[in-house]
Amino acid sequence: MVNSSAGQNKIIVKQLAIRFGNVLAVKNLSLEIHSSEILSVIGPANSGKTSFLRQLNRLNELEADFRVSGEVLLDGEDIQKLRPEILRKRAGMIFALPQVLPMSIYDNVSYGPRMHGMRNKGVLNGLVEESLKASFLWDEVKERLKESATKLSGGQQQRLCISRTLALAPEVILFDEPCSGLDPVSTAKVEESMLKLKEKYTIILVTNNTKQAARVGDRSAFFLMGELIELDKTQNIFTAPADKRTEEYILGKFG
Amino acid sequence: MKTTTKQKIAFSVLFLCTVMVILPVVFILGTIIKNGWRGISWEFLTTMPKDGMRQGGIYPAIVGTLYLVSLSIVFSLPIGVMAAIYLNEYARDNLLTRLIRLAIVNLSGVSSVVYGLFGLALFVTFMKFGVSILSGALTLAIMNLPVIITASREALASVPYQFREVSLSLGLSRWQTIRHSVLPFALPGILTGAILSLARAAGETAPILFTVAAFYLPKLPASIFDQAMALPYHLYIISTQIPNIAVKTRYATAMVLVGISFTMNIFAVIIRSHLRKKKKW
Repeated sequence: MVNSSAGQNKIIVKQLAIRFGNVLAVKNLSLEIHSSEILSVIGPANSGKTSFLRQLNRLNELEADFRVSGEVLLDGEDIQKLRPEILRKRAGMIFALPQVLPMSIYDNVSYGPRMHGMRNKGVLNGLVEESLKASFLWDEVKERLKESATKLSGGQQQRLCISRTLALAPEVILFDEPCSGLDPVSTAKVEESMLKLKEKYTIILVTNNTKQAARVGDRSAFFLMGELIELDKTQNIFTAPADKRTEEYILGKFG
Repeated sequence: MKTTTKQKIAFSVLFLCTVMVILPVVFILGTIIKNGWRGISWEFLTTMPKDGMRQGGIYPAIVGTLYLVSLSIVFSLPIGVMAAIYLNEYARDNLLTRLIRLAIVNLSGVSSVVYGLFGLALFVTFMKFGVSILSGALTLAIMNLPVIITASREALASVPYQFREVSLSLGLSRWQTIRHSVLPFALPGILTGAILSLARAAGETAPILFTVAAFYLPKLPASIFDQAMALPYHLYIISTQIPNIAVKTRYATAMVLVGISFTMNIFAVIIRSHLRKKKKW
C-alpha cells in the first residue's frame, strides 16, 4: 500500500462519468484528493456532487439503471476491482439525515465491527468508547450507552453516525450534507469533529452551505450541472475564484 | 346550511357506518355464545364423539384442526418469507418478477374450493399422500402462501430504505444487511400476517374437504399420513347431515372454532405490540 502521509494523493478520479438512465449526473470528472485533507464540494442542486460522493464507496450501484465509466483509484487501486464490502469499510459514509438504527447507542457504534466478526467484549467496549470520544459524544452519552439511540437529539444522532463509521477504522470519510438537518450549535460540533478527524482521515464534504465549506474545507471544488468548474485552495475559491460562475454561486446569485 | 351542521351530519354518517361494520360481528358472536355456552364443558372439549356424534365431545376435531394449522405453517411460513425477501430485496423489476407479483395477487383471489380440488389432484392422488393430514396441511399452506408473501412484502417494504443504505455503507454484504438490518424490523409484521392467515386457515372447510377431513373418526391421528377430523367440516356435518342433534352442540362447536381463531388473532396482536416496543423506529 502507498504511504499515505499528508499531501499525497489518496484518491485519484480519472474521467469519471455517471449516468442514471438517460441522465448524465457527472461528466468527465478528473480530480485528486489528498491524504488528511478536507475537500469540500459545493454546488447547486443537481450538480452531481452527491452522485460523485456516492461513487467513492460505490453506493450508486444500488440503483437499477446506473452506469459508470472512468476510473476511481484509492491508494492506486481501482475501486471497481475491490469487493464493495471492503471498499465501504475503507470509505465510510455519513448521510444527510442522521440514520441511527433503532437499537442502543452501544449497539449502533459496535454494529459494524460486530458484523465484521469482532466478538471480544473488551475490544468492542474500547472501540465504542474511542469512537464516541472521537466524535465528541462520549461525555454526553457515557452514562446511557444501553439506551435507544433514537432518543438522542438530531445533532447527537449525527455524531453517533460519525462514531459508527469511525468504529470500522476507515481511511476516508464521506460526508453527504451532514448538517442539513441540524441547528447551528450541533453544526458547530459536527464541524469541530471533522477538523479533528482530518488529522487521521481523508475527508470529503459535500455541502450546500457555502459558509461551511469556507469554514472547514482545505480545498474546495465547485460543481455545476455535473461538471467540475473549479478546484482550488478554499481561500482562493472564496476570495478570488477563477471562474465567473463560481463567484456568482458563492455570492448567492443562483443555486 | 351552517358549516357546523354539515360537519355534525358528516360525523354522524361516518359513525353510523362504523357501527354497521361491527354490528354483524357482535350479532354473530352473541348468537353463538347465547346458544352455545351451555354446550361447553370439559367433557365436550376433551372426549371423543359418541352415538353418531350426537353425544360426547369434539376432541379429535380440535386436535385435527390444530395439527393441520401447525403443519401448514411449517411449510408456508419459511417459503412465503423467503419468496417475499427475494421479491422485495433482490429481484429486479422486469417482466418475470412483474408476472410473479401479478400471479401472487391473483392467487389470493382464487376460491378455496379450487385449492381443495388442486390439493386432491396433486397431493392426494399424484403424490400419493392419500387423504391425510399432510395433504390437507400442504393444501392449506399453498392457499396461505399468497397471503403470507403479501404480508411479508409489506412488512419488509415498511422498513426504511435508509436502514439498508446504512448497513451497506458499513461494509455489510447484502445478505447480512437483510438478515440483520431489515428482517428483525420486519418480523412483527411478518408474524402478524402469518398468524392472521392461520386463523383464517383454521376456519376453512373447502381445502380440507377432499384432502384430509374424516366424516367420523373417534380417535386421534397417529401420524401425518392419517386422516383426521377438523372443526369446520365437523360443524358442517353436524349442522346438515345428522338429524336430531342438540342445538347447543352445534353452537358450542362453532364457539370453539371461533374461539381458536380469536385466540390466534389476540396472540398476533400481543406479539406485534411486544416486538414493536423493542424494534421501534
